[in-house]
Amino acid sequence: MSDLTEMVGDTAPGDTAPGDESIATEGDIARGVWTYVVGLVLAGGLTAVSFLIGPSHLVWAPSIPMALVVLAVAQMGVHLVFFLHINTGPDGTNNVLALAFGILIVFLIMAGSLWIMAHLNHNMTPMSQIMRMQR
Amino acid sequence: MTTAAVADPNHVTAHGHGAPGHGDGGPASKRIVVSYGFWIFLLSDIVMFSAFFASYAVLQGATSGGPSGATIFDRSYVAIETACLLLSSFACGMAGLAAKARNTLMFQLAMAATFVLGAAFVGLELKEFAGLVAKGDGPSRSAFLSGFFALVGCHGVHVTAGLIWLTTMMAQVWAKGFREDIQRRILCFGLFWHALDIIWVAVFTVVYLLGTTPMVTTL
Amino acid sequence: MNLLGKLTRQALPLDQPIQMVTSIILGLVIAGVIALVLIKGWAPYLWREWITSVDHKRIGVMYCLLGFVMLLRGFSDALLMRGQQALALHSNGFLQPEHYNQIFSAHGTIMIFFVAMPLVIGMMNFVVPLQLGVRDVAFPTLNSVGFWLTATGALLVNISLVLGEFARTGWLPYPPLSELQYSPGVGVDYYLWALQISGIGTLLTGINLVTTILKMRAPGMQYLRMPMFCWTSLASNLLIIAAFPVLTATLAMLILDRYLGFHFFTNDHGGNVMMFMNLIWVWGHPEVYILVLPAFGVFSEIFSTFSSKPLFGYRSMVAATMVICIISFAVWLHHFFTMGAGADVNAFFGIATTIIAVPTGVKVFNWLFTMYGGTVRFTTPMLWSTAFITTFVLGGMTGVLLAVPPADFLLHNSLFLVAHFHNVIIGGVVFGLFAGYTYWFPKAFGFKLHEGWGKAAFWFWLVGFYLAFMPLYVLGLMGMTRRMQHYDNPAWQPWLLVAGAGALLILVGVLCQAAQLVISIRRRESLRDVTGDPWDGRSLEWSTASPPPHYNFAILPNVEGEDAYWGIKQAAKETSHPADAVEYEHIEMPRNSPTGVVCAFFATVMGFALIWHIWWMAILGLLGAWATFVVFAWRDHGEDEIPAERVAREDREDRWRRGLPAYEGASA
Repeated sequence: MSDLTEMVGDTAPGDTAPGDESIATEGDIARGVWTYVVGLVLAGGLTAVSFLIGPSHLVWAPSIPMALVVLAVAQMGVHLVFFLHINTGPDGTNNVLALAFGILIVFLIMAGSLWIMAHLNHNMTPMSQIMRMQR
Repeated sequence: MTTAAVADPNHVTAHGHGAPGHGDGGPASKRIVVSYGFWIFLLSDIVMFSAFFASYAVLQGATSGGPSGATIFDRSYVAIETACLLLSSFACGMAGLAAKARNTLMFQLAMAATFVLGAAFVGLELKEFAGLVAKGDGPSRSAFLSGFFALVGCHGVHVTAGLIWLTTMMAQVWAKGFREDIQRRILCFGLFWHALDIIWVAVFTVVYLLGTTPMVTTL
Repeated sequence: MNLLGKLTRQALPLDQPIQMVTSIILGLVIAGVIALVLIKGWAPYLWREWITSVDHKRIGVMYCLLGFVMLLRGFSDALLMRGQQALALHSNGFLQPEHYNQIFSAHGTIMIFFVAMPLVIGMMNFVVPLQLGVRDVAFPTLNSVGFWLTATGALLVNISLVLGEFARTGWLPYPPLSELQYSPGVGVDYYLWALQISGIGTLLTGINLVTTILKMRAPGMQYLRMPMFCWTSLASNLLIIAAFPVLTATLAMLILDRYLGFHFFTNDHGGNVMMFMNLIWVWGHPEVYILVLPAFGVFSEIFSTFSSKPLFGYRSMVAATMVICIISFAVWLHHFFTMGAGADVNAFFGIATTIIAVPTGVKVFNWLFTMYGGTVRFTTPMLWSTAFITTFVLGGMTGVLLAVPPADFLLHNSLFLVAHFHNVIIGGVVFGLFAGYTYWFPKAFGFKLHEGWGKAAFWFWLVGFYLAFMPLYVLGLMGMTRRMQHYDNPAWQPWLLVAGAGALLILVGVLCQAAQLVISIRRRESLRDVTGDPWDGRSLEWSTASPPPHYNFAILPNVEGEDAYWGIKQAAKETSHPADAVEYEHIEMPRNSPTGVVCAFFATVMGFALIWHIWWMAILGLLGAWATFVVFAWRDHGEDEIPAERVAREDREDRWRRGLPAYEGASA
């Protein structure tokens, strides 16, 4: 497998491409497969727990929504680390910073929209009633 | 402006390919540039999804006399869809590794597996949609169903686009082999496919699981 | 089943003289230009060197050209509106209500999406790689695709003039007015598809420039050595990446409502119109900063260059830029304070909005201190910049006033608001673009713009701007709301007449700019910039020839500090030693590709078909665009290699022309 070094010769120390993992030997391929297997098991387990936690009545019912959100976030983390190979090492700074920016924006949009819309729904006459008033 | 006459802008240093792009070594390598650009695109795509999620969340209660999520969602059906997508993500990872090892047979097999599982996901989703429309619970029934069809459908359209891309990549590898630029595209495709799985985690949690958990629907 | 969808002969505006005449003139101009190109035999050259070019400089120039052409269109709309309002006391004026509504909608849409955006993006495209000391952007072909998709959007908006109608719903199509029930025509569809297609182009540019700035810089160009314009471009493009997807999603929802009977924003079946206001402003507010941040960067470059001083407080400027970038995402509710949010929501967003004034203030003081103690040269770019400070501070202060919710309840949707945003967009963005245009024009074309005509244009614009928009503040306080086709209050008319006169003065300014361009081209030999550094500049774009070779730099510069080129010039002056020996290497440049223009052709077909419900044609367009990309992906040679000997020869000739010493013992 001498051409393995050539095929990844493009990656340099100090910076990594998102989703890239350094592969130089056959052992690295095995390690790569192993990473995916671990990721698959973890993700599958978290998914199973998410789907079973509701109907199982094993958990205090009011905590289920929060538990589902936590499980989902955990599973996204698993996907990021084991499938997308995003890590916080010094060589991945740019990738993580971009991700952090994206998460911040998603948070602002979701939280802001829900907060604002809850207010507007509370304070404004629903459209259906306005339409009825006009009739 | 005579100073410019002796100015020498060009002090030369060695800067080969593969410099990190953090500032000291000059432009980064193409593989890093391409996949970073694609990474940025994915983030923008996730921001787009967040707008659909926000709409779905806001309109969730606006059933307008039509069905709510609890009455139309089938958890075990969604569990099968989820399994398909998760396994196809795994297969896609295998394809990426096979591409790195330049193993054409493994690559094509893994990509074919990815395709079959992804197509199964899309088929299942289409069947769910068709069933709802047939019952008169299509997107025009209520704002809640509009939000549902748009959010889940947007993800489905992404998966379908991914399938088209996937077949294009298989054909490219078959015709051109593991060329440098094709390797970059395979890397990007892997990112895309895994990102769709991440979005699906949010979809099944927010739409299907929270939607069928009794206390949230009354929120 | 009709093969042409909703498209019939009724789509032609045969009954509307103003539109008909405009369409005919537009058609004649386009036909004339095409005829000229064909007769003179320019077509092959244009195709080879411009239309299929993936060179970031050429694409930047084409973006600016598109912006300036569309400026003429948007500005004629403005003149029509000012004329209508000056006359329409107790009468209908000369524009019918339906037409007037289309004009104000088209004016806003065109000015933001097809004037300001192309000009800003064009300038970033041209300047950023040169300032970073690299040879191209990260994705050259994608850059071309982005440009042509933007052009597609502009084309669709202009087709609406001839076929059908444009939206009458304002520059942001608020539902339920924009829903099928109240706007059954194709106007809103023109708006939606033009923006969706050009929005994709903008997003591609955002991705491209962020990747370029973060991953492709000359050796030694650390983050805190980048010129200010690169920093503000980075912030602006980050905002594009974060905001434009939201616009795409929001417009997609409206499209689903209109085309497939969804109920996102409808009155019935639980639709929620306020969700549209919410989402569109999640995009809309950052959009303002997408436009103004690069302008801030232009001013920073100009103040520093023409004061012959480094930018004062460089690091605080960087911090202020990034703070604005983030906070601009937490203020969007201030566009609808009056629409039902509670006191706590309004207070949060009001305070966040006023906080943005702080980093902006930091910037203003930095610019003032940059001039303080410097040798200030009042060239045209500098005039625009100094006028910007006063004008923008004024507009910013009215903005802070509007950010106070109780005050906004009085001024919402009044002409005071119209005056405010024109004050910041003209005083900030447009002045910045004109300053940058004059500043970088010699770099792009190799000769300077005529100073006298430039100064004349500046003074007409400045006086015209104040005359046109200060009365609107007064009118807003007097209670006049925006978008009025006619009115019955005689006290308003004098102010509207003054505003109309102001618009005419701006027209003189625009004419002066056209004259400036023509005269400069005629006298280009006497205005020639031989050194490549006409303003005694400080950043790397001035270290190469004007216009630069298509690979920008024969040898990538090595950066050793802030104000990279200034440092190099100083070092050269102190040591006065001849240039070091260098070794020229071969250069790989991306090959020109028709992918962008072909893809945009199919996008135009698809957009047009979707507007008129011609489904088979829409599918053809989509397949064509996909096939274009597959063909592109299939090509075997994406790059051309320029041999080292040619680079060496060209660079020696170039250095000789610019009076620079040749490299000692330079080998190829």
